[in-house]
Amino acid sequence: MAFDEPAELEAFRAETRAWLEENCPPAMRTPMKDDEIVWGGKRETFKNPDAKIWLERMGEKGWTAPVWPAEYGGGGLSKAEARVLEQELRRIKARPPLFSFGLWMFGPALLEFGNHEQKLRFIPDIVKGKTRWCQGYSEPGAGSDLAGLMTKCEDKGDHWLINGQKVWTSYADQADWIFCLVRTDREKKHEGISFLVFDMESEGVEARPIKLISGSSPFCETFFNDVKVPKDQLVGELNKGWTIAKRLLQFERSSISAGGFGGTGGSGILGPEDYAKQHIGVDGEGRIADGDLRGRITDHKMYAKAFALTVARSQEQSKAGQEVGHTASILKYAAAKMNQDRHELLIEALGTEGLGWEGEGFDEGAMKATRGWLRSKGNSIEGGTSEINLNVIAKRVLGLKEHQ
Amino acid sequence: MSFVLSEDQQMLRDTALSFAADTLPVAYLRGQRDAGRQGADAASREQLAELGFYGVLIAEEFGGSEFGMVGMGQILEALGRTLAPSALIQSGVIAASAIGMAGSEAQKSEYLPKIASGEIVAALALDEGAHFAPAQVATEAESNGQGYTLTGGKRYVPNGHEADVFIIAARTFGEAGDAHGISLFLVPADAGGLSVQALNTVDSHGAAHLSLDGVTVGPDQLVGDADKASDILVPVLDRAAIAQAAEILGSVQAAFDMTLEYLQTRKQFGQLIGSFQGLQHRAAKMFTDLEMTRSCVAAALSAVDDGAGNISELASLAKAKASELVHLVSNETVQMHGGIGMTDEHDSGLYMKRARVQEALWGGTSYHRDRYGRLGGY
Repeated sequence: MAFDEPAELEAFRAETRAWLEENCPPAMRTPMKDDEIVWGGKRETFKNPDAKIWLERMGEKGWTAPVWPAEYGGGGLSKAEARVLEQELRRIKARPPLFSFGLWMFGPALLEFGNHEQKLRFIPDIVKGKTRWCQGYSEPGAGSDLAGLMTKCEDKGDHWLINGQKVWTSYADQADWIFCLVRTDREKKHEGISFLVFDMESEGVEARPIKLISGSSPFCETFFNDVKVPKDQLVGELNKGWTIAKRLLQFERSSISAGGFGGTGGSGILGPEDYAKQHIGVDGEGRIADGDLRGRITDHKMYAKAFALTVARSQEQSKAGQEVGHTASILKYAAAKMNQDRHELLIEALGTEGLGWEGEGFDEGAMKATRGWLRSKGNSIEGGTSEINLNVIAKRVLGLKEHQ
Repeated sequence: MSFVLSEDQQMLRDTALSFAADTLPVAYLRGQRDAGRQGADAASREQLAELGFYGVLIAEEFGGSEFGMVGMGQILEALGRTLAPSALIQSGVIAASAIGMAGSEAQKSEYLPKIASGEIVAALALDEGAHFAPAQVATEAESNGQGYTLTGGKRYVPNGHEADVFIIAARTFGEAGDAHGISLFLVPADAGGLSVQALNTVDSHGAAHLSLDGVTVGPDQLVGDADKASDILVPVLDRAAIAQAAEILGSVQAAFDMTLEYLQTRKQFGQLIGSFQGLQHRAAKMFTDLEMTRSCVAAALSAVDDGAGNISELASLAKAKASELVHLVSNETVQMHGGIGMTDEHDSGLYMKRARVQEALWGGTSYHRDRYGRLGGY
């Protein structure tokens, strides 16, 4: 559906292009390196100094959050303008200036449910990458049954008092603030949950990293021991936090699936078809010699293509204003399957070369694939397990009834 | 590429959906079968033609609308919903495209208006074995001075039992297995030496085996250049695969909707069976696959209209995904309906029987998966 761009949009494109030409440092137009990703916040060290300049400039324009209202520091762009910006950024292969749970999850929820003062207080620093947020959702006794959470929040008149424990808090040890689900009514389940935000430097907060099977520690156990939280840091109404929590989960599932858990994986890892050719060999036509593995790799490649087309379709339909339903759960389920299949095939194609852990004797990319394979097992657990997503599809999309 | 229909495409889709539901419901196929007939009758073909469906890919100067593949996909999806038999893929997609792309001016003027008006059915006769294998053509076309003499046979030609004219793939050079050396000939169904054996097929859509025993054709019956049919067959068979995938999508949607309704009404153990998680998760997975396949089919249809560079890749993706999906959903439709799904009276069986034919036509899951890998260089 090619159409001529309206004159204003054309002007916006020209301005944007010129601004990016002037302001995007050349180093920020090269492929992203894993260790140069900017998460922002007080502890951000900016391994690449140009990344700091790039974030500052984009943050100043509000272009890290192009469609958020300008009054809160967002870009204030229309959807059409944001699309132009996205195209122009892609054109110069610009790196994303900021990775942020604030941008992907908390910000959208706060804009929908927060009051004016809260938006003024928190949104600008999300846009500029000055505050790094973490998510206090899961607890040791509340995983898939998230609404069973027990972290206690008491009204002490001039403040809230928090006691309890969270788990699987992504990067809690590096975050500045937390958005957190707490129990404010023990008599009720969903209607007894409230949504609070507070400073991770508050007295009584402790974050301990958890070491995963992959050897990395992206998650923490987070403990709250008599943490005092000012009263104005409740988002939405008391005991109405579950509505915000669910909405935020949709944002989370969308942000996970839009990237397909990183899709092509980190830098330095080849595709399963490349490793298969390298380690198994090719037939007379130059194809992977093992026909069975080739078939399974092809199946996966088709699934990945179908997934990418589905993400594109859902984006296009939502831009055209069509109801896309609960695509977040569908895409989250599919993204987990896709990334896990990919990593299983990587390891299988690598053979014993994919069974190294660290040190000499193994290829760097292969070891990354091995760690990635272990990490990918979490994809069908985090952000709603695959089983929970299938429940959501069955009940909310297909309209199947609850078991009585 | 576009995933959102234009207003005109949406209107065509709505027209086709209500036509299929009102005029060609599943009961129509069942009625044909029970009366001992295979496929559609002439009256229903005329109705489809009157709506302009046969001319969607044909140029306006030859009586078509040139509406495009996305439009054709909407019609086929609608017909697929009710398992409506038609010659739309053979005549309106394959023959219309082959003659439109490679036919002489005389051939275009002779055949395209008649295809568009539904006056004739044209059908490609390609396969000679039990599996889709375009390069395996062995039927011989021997040069005889004035033209060619065709000798050989074709198996399971879709719509072959009702075709007025065939596009017969025959070998003018090389041997079975060579992509090069095949030629296409327009041969009337009543040509001397051609016999058509009508088949009673599992899906009741019908088909025919052909035997060619010294069929003589003139040089004016050759479509495109001698030996170079594969140049035409590649894009034409890509369209066939995409069209078949679109039809499949409709059948899958209908079978899935029917199953979902049953899950929401049938009770056992005092519960709606759709409240059992064992069934809910299977339904949710099918729906996820259906959504993903829908994206593949939409992308492939749109790629044809855009003249994109990756039509073959998307054609194989769409047909492989759709074939795999219709296999799964048709089996689950029978299973989730339980005993009633095993009865002839219920429609589940009709969807499953048609599914296997839809899977086989123009290349099944493994054919297209292998081709997708080949195109991707692995």
